Amino acid sequence: MTNQKESNAIIEIEDLDFYYNQTKALKNVSLDINKNEVFAFIGPSGCGKTTLLRVLNRMNDLIPKTRVVGKVQIEGHDIYDPNVDVVQLRKSVGTVFQKPNPFPISIFDNVAYGPKAHGIKNKKELMEIVEESLRQAALWDEVKDRLNDSATGLSGGQQQRLCIARVMAVKPEIILMDEPTSALDPIATLKVEELINELKQNYTVVIVTHNMEQAARVSDKTALFLNGSIIETNETNQLFTNPKEQETEDYITGKFG
Amino acid sequence: MKFQKEKNNKSNIEEGIVKVILFIMALSSVISLGLITFFVFNEGLPFMINYGITDFIFGTTWNPTDQVYGIFPMIVGSVIVTVLAMLIGAPIGIAVAVYLVEIAPRRVAKIVKPAIQLLEGIPSVVIGLFGMVVIIDLLRRISRGPLSEYLPAGYQTGYSVLAGVLILAIMILPTIISISADSIRAVPQEYKEGSYAMGATKWQTIFRVVVPAAKSGILAAVILGVGRAIGETMAIIMVVGNSVQIPIPGWETLFAPVRTLTGNIALEMGYAGPEHRQALFATGIILFIFIIIINSLTLLLRRRRT
Ligand SMILES: Nc1ncnc2c1ncn2[C@@H]1O[C@H](COP(=O)(O)OP(=O)(O)OP(=O)(O)O)[C@@H](O)[C@H]1O
Ligand SMILES: [Mg+2]
Repeated sequence: MTNQKESNAIIEIEDLDFYYNQTKALKNVSLDINKNEVFAFIGPSGCGKTTLLRVLNRMNDLIPKTRVVGKVQIEGHDIYDPNVDVVQLRKSVGTVFQKPNPFPISIFDNVAYGPKAHGIKNKKELMEIVEESLRQAALWDEVKDRLNDSATGLSGGQQQRLCIARVMAVKPEIILMDEPTSALDPIATLKVEELINELKQNYTVVIVTHNMEQAARVSDKTALFLNGSIIETNETNQLFTNPKEQETEDYITGKFG
Repeated sequence: MKFQKEKNNKSNIEEGIVKVILFIMALSSVISLGLITFFVFNEGLPFMINYGITDFIFGTTWNPTDQVYGIFPMIVGSVIVTVLAMLIGAPIGIAVAVYLVEIAPRRVAKIVKPAIQLLEGIPSVVIGLFGMVVIIDLLRRISRGPLSEYLPAGYQTGYSVLAGVLILAIMILPTIISISADSIRAVPQEYKEGSYAMGATKWQTIFRVVVPAAKSGILAAVILGVGRAIGETMAIIMVVGNSVQIPIPGWETLFAPVRTLTGNIALEMGYAGPEHRQALFATGIILFIFIIIINSLTLLLRRRRT
């Protein structure tokens, strides 16, 4: 790692262990993620990708008896410091979940939810945020005439883009995406991937995916996880074309996983 | 053939017998409902039509000795007591449900939950006793003391709308709490995570996501509570005074003694002559219609949810 890269890192993870009760789900993970970079986590099921993602905005706080050992810094701040305001942290580190989970309220209210929760009341301002976010998520044209309809009436792909819009309405710095396209058809997947490419301009994106082509298409860097540890981290095209570790080669050639 | 049905297989026959028995049992509940409905309507309807439906429903005098049967005061009594009881009981019940599911530490929930179940199991006559001893006494002191100048003498006994409202509010709490708690518990974790992940606080998550998502279940809980309240008899008879009169409108209503539809039937059936008896059955029909309306509302909501 060069110094220049380190200074650019927006997320710095150092010697991280993570426990569910007594079970160690992450072992000695160290990782730097740069600003405006799309970073992919790949690896077989159960290797800890989701767990690490949830460590990054402290969603694991919601699960009882979990424990973090080690250091996680975002923009230079230790996010597990007792003085950290989790609400502020989650505001700047948004999540798009594996399963689209729009709230059972109107499309407009879904997108306006975050800004409202953070104190924006002005109707006009909210409308602007909603439109902007829906445009960014490439959903505006499809829903602009039915903003007051329930979000649960949207298709799966539309719901997922709505969830992306919802996160963007909060204007985070970092967007975490946990297998965002696993419930989507190829066309919707393509739309979300295009979107990720655009998001890179303004956001840092961490994406978990099982689909190695997807990792190759959208990400700048990739980390391969096995059993809670990182096996290899590299530029995505390097990792796929020229893996350094035997396990990486085995995984990407489909020998296991 | 490998998957062919065996004809006289023993377990097939057993299955068939069990099915028939279960069907008869299921049928029996439908039959009882049918029989009850038939008898109530058979006894009450001809009377109601003879007497005149509007005279019966909107008549304000109930005097069986003179063959005058107007049940409007009882309808008013039932409606007032039920509506006010809901206004108190529903918000409290919903709040308790939210607290139990989303906020209370496990230790507290462990104590409160069985307590609520126990409350549900207390016979209404016992709750009525509590009302007679504690609530009536308190209300009597208030209405004979500071409020005595403003209330007619008949409103100062403590036996009143307010006593009925308080008792009913207590009695519907378990229904409202347990059903709303179920529907709050059924709100998918993903909704909550989605909310937290955007930096919403716990309170925002509860009031803007969890409660709205549980809305139809909570509404069903309230409606069932209404059904329970309007049908309650024993405890109500013991505390509302049972006099047939339409209360003075205004805050004084709270201290007015009233009679409910259920009370009317229970109090007079024991000594009623033939026509009087039919009038009481007709009272039952009105009650029946109330309950049917309430239950269809619940069904409607259930259907809309799925
Ligand atoms: N809430 C939990 N409680 C206990 N153990 C958990 C919990 N969530 C995950 N685990 C365990 O932690 C390990 C890592 O799980 P994680 O969900 O992070 O895997 P993953 O890499 O995201 O897998 P997948 O690709 O299937 O989503 C697994 O062994 C899993 O069983
Ligand atoms: Mg996962």
